Parts: sequence; structure tokens; C-alpha cells
Amino acid sequence: MASDTAAHIVKSFELELNRLRTLISEMGGLVESQVALACQAVLQKTDDAAARAMETDPKVDALEREVEQFVIRLLALRQPMAEDLRLIVASLKITGDLERIGDYAANVAKRSLVLGQYQLPFSLTGLGHMSRLVQENLKTIIDAVGDSDIDKAVEVWRSDESVDEIYNALFRELVTYMMEDPRNITPCTHLLFIAKNLERIGDHATNVAETLYYAVTGTPLEGARPKGDMSPYAVVQPGRG
Amino acid sequence: MSATTSATDEKANVGPMTARSSAALNAPRIAIKGLDFYYGANKALKSISLDLPDKQVTGMIGPSGCGKSTLLRVLNRMYDLYPGQRATGEVLMDDNNIIASGVDVNQLRSRIGMVFQKPTPFPLSIYDNISFGVNLHERLSKSAMDERVEWSLSRAALWDEVKDRLNTSATGLSGGQQQRLCIARTIATRPEVILLDEPTSALDPISTLKIEELIDELKTEFTIAIVTHNMQQAARCADQVAFFFLGELIEVGTATQIFTAPRQKRTQEYITGRFG
Repeated sequence: MASDTAAHIVKSFELELNRLRTLISEMGGLVESQVALACQAVLQKTDDAAARAMETDPKVDALEREVEQFVIRLLALRQPMAEDLRLIVASLKITGDLERIGDYAANVAKRSLVLGQYQLPFSLTGLGHMSRLVQENLKTIIDAVGDSDIDKAVEVWRSDESVDEIYNALFRELVTYMMEDPRNITPCTHLLFIAKNLERIGDHATNVAETLYYAVTGTPLEGARPKGDMSPYAVVQPGRG
Repeated sequence: MSATTSATDEKANVGPMTARSSAALNAPRIAIKGLDFYYGANKALKSISLDLPDKQVTGMIGPSGCGKSTLLRVLNRMYDLYPGQRATGEVLMDDNNIIASGVDVNQLRSRIGMVFQKPTPFPLSIYDNISFGVNLHERLSKSAMDERVEWSLSRAALWDEVKDRLNTSATGLSGGQQQRLCIARTIATRPEVILLDEPTSALDPISTLKIEELIDELKTEFTIAIVTHNMQQAARCADQVAFFFLGELIEVGTATQIFTAPRQKRTQEYITGRFG
């Protein structure tokens, strides 16, 4: 989160705020590649990618703890105000979201290993589409955090609806495959969880967008975000799927 | 609270912090309109318009020389003592312009009390420090005066510490106690408004917290304006915060708004320490 105001009179505080920004960029980059690896593992059945996605998780967790301790120190020693305060509190929230995204990515990677043991009689086009969209949103929001770009934050916040729409379609599709052939149940259940994890990653990206918007402007991102996940209400009946 | 209290009022009164963050400011006790102030040819306050909400604390912040202490001096007409200093515009209290000529300044100062940066006890006993000011405005019997002294010292959170030595000299008290004595002396004349000019800048942290707790207590009865260089103090004590710079009022808002999301760039730079 870059700042367009003058530098702080106390240089060490300015350095600390920059260090905080660097830590978040680092964590963002790590999580972004982790999600990319996890998606690759599912779509291209590469076990190596899955292993690397899972290995990344402890590094992400360590960065979250580092930010948390750093933030507590800054609050105690600097008593920040206004945009500094908003940046510092936002950092804590953003790293929390990033850490969750990392967890979901690791979970997707684990499931990809099970999935790799099955020959699927259907294509993963829908999931591929969803993973591209989620990765785009994630990349956009992580860049937006680095540049304090609220226009991009709003863009991500709005586009989460499309992710939800694909997820709904995917849900129905996978349930249909399961009804067609019980042998599909295990891989499709894993695919459902994978799709759900991607959908949750999208939600956390919008959380980051909201946090960033408040940190930069001082006003909350108003208005109800379009909630598109209709799967809790979905009914797919045999013969009508 | 009155019987007509709404649900939002209920919510706002959960605790002092919540009340403060709920951002509701009361109707003005003092309304400053288009106030200019001059030290000779030097214009120290430029067209200030500011309301002091009734029974709430207004914190005034800004760098040295920004005019915040000058504004306090205007409010109880301290400048009257100095030739060449003059104020124009309106400072309305009950629809009367208190800076107009013909206002009884002594009576005004009994309604608007002031406490200064350094404790200024009279070289008298603790008891007489309180009774002195009261005697100027009221004729009280010995027992009524005793009551008034106890009331003032209790309200200033000093009674328990001095009740057994009321006739000893006030100059023997600690700095924090002396400042609380000055606050007791100020409220003894039962003013409506209390002006505090950096009341804790000469005190240690614990005495400072005691004064801040006192301010929280006193605002249930009095309207308070406090000038402070300590931003955290303004954040802790004030309901409303006004930021001054070079004689101008740059921004005024609830403490929550000013310290979390100021609207003006200069306010932002000042409170985050990016000034100049």
C-alpha cells in the first residue's frame, strides 16, 4: 500500500511502514504462486506442482505470524493515527485473508493427488475457467494492494459474482455426473470441494478488496456485494439434470 | 436519560468509547461565528466558526502558534487585560455575544472557567484556594462554604487525599494534586464551561490519567474545551476535535473521524507526524 503523502518525520517509523508493505507483497506473491501451482496440479495432473503448493504453506503461515508480531509492535510503540493506523490494521486483516487463501490452495493440491488416480469420463473445462478467473482476481487484488489502487479493488469486488456463477454451474454439472454413474462419486466429491475452495479464495480476494478500499480512502466500500453462490439452494433431480 | 430515549441513544450509551465513536454531538453550548483576533496588527485567528457541543469535550490541536490557545483566551476574554488585542465576530452563549463591549467580564469568567498549563495555586491554604473565588461571586455561610469546598474537591477527585489537611498550604501539594486543586477551584464557582490549556503537560503519566478520568467525569455537568499537544490525549478525552493551523480552523469533526479518517490533507499530515 503505497502512500502519496509526505514522508514521516520519524524516519525509522517510515522504514517500518515500508517493511510492513514489503512483507505483505512478499506474502501476496507467495500465495499467488501457491494457488497457481494448486490449479495446475488439478488441471494438468502434475504431482510435482501439488507438492510445491503444499510446501509453500508453512512459509505463508510464518509470514502471517511475522506480520502479526510486527503490527502489535507498531501499535504499541508508534501509536499510529489516521492513514498509518488504517494501513497497519488493514495489514493484519489482509494477511489473515492471504493465509486462508494459502490453506485453501494447499487443500486443493492435496485433493489433486487423489483425483490423479482417476480416469475422468468428462472434461474439466468449467473448473479451468473458474480457476483462471479466481487467479486473475487474486493477481489483480495483490497488485492493487501494492499500488494502493482502489479502482482495481472495486473491479475485483464486483467481478466475484462471475466466479460464483461458474461455481453454481459446476455444482449442478458435478452432481449430474454423480447421478449418472456412482463410480464418479469419489472424484466428483473432491472436485466439488476443489471448486468450493476456489470459490472461497475468490471471497477472500474480495475481503482484501474491501480492506484495501477502507485503508486507502477511510470510508467503507458501501453497498451489498452481489452474492452469487446459489449452490446452497440447488436441487438437481434425476432425469432432469 | 429521558423517557423518550430512542434505540440509537441506548446504543450510543453503552460506554464512553462507544458513545464517542457513535459520533453524536450535542447542541452547541457556545457558538463561535466568524471570529477574527488581532495581536496589534497581527491577525492570529482568521474567521473561525466552531460550535462547542453542550456537556461534551472539544479538543483543540495544532502546531505551536496555530491559534488554539488564543481561541481559549478569547472565550473568557483574557485578552481584555492587554491593550492592542482585539476580537471581532461573534461568540454566542445563550444568544449573547460574549465578546461584545458591555459584557460583565467578571461574571463571564464565573461562567467560563479556565485552567492553565502549569498549576497556579494561590499561596493560601487548600481550603482558601477554593473559597477565594466563590467569595467573589456569592455570599455563603460557613457550612455552605464547607459543603462547596468538599463538593469541588470531590468532583476534582482530590477530596480523599486532602480532607485531613485543608488548612495546610496548597503549595505543598504535588504537581498533579495542584492541578486537580486548580480544577476544583475552577468548578467551585459552578461555571458552565471549563477551558483547559494543556492541563497535563507538566504532569507525570499517572497524574495525567487522573486528570483525563476527571475530564470524563466533569463532562456530565460541564462543557469542556481542552487545548493539548498530546494527540493521544485528544483522542482519549475529546468527543469533538478541531485542528488549527496558522490561525485557521482547518478541520473539525468527531474524534473518531479526525483520528481514523481525516478529510483534509494537512490534518492527516499533522496527526500522522508528516508535518512540514
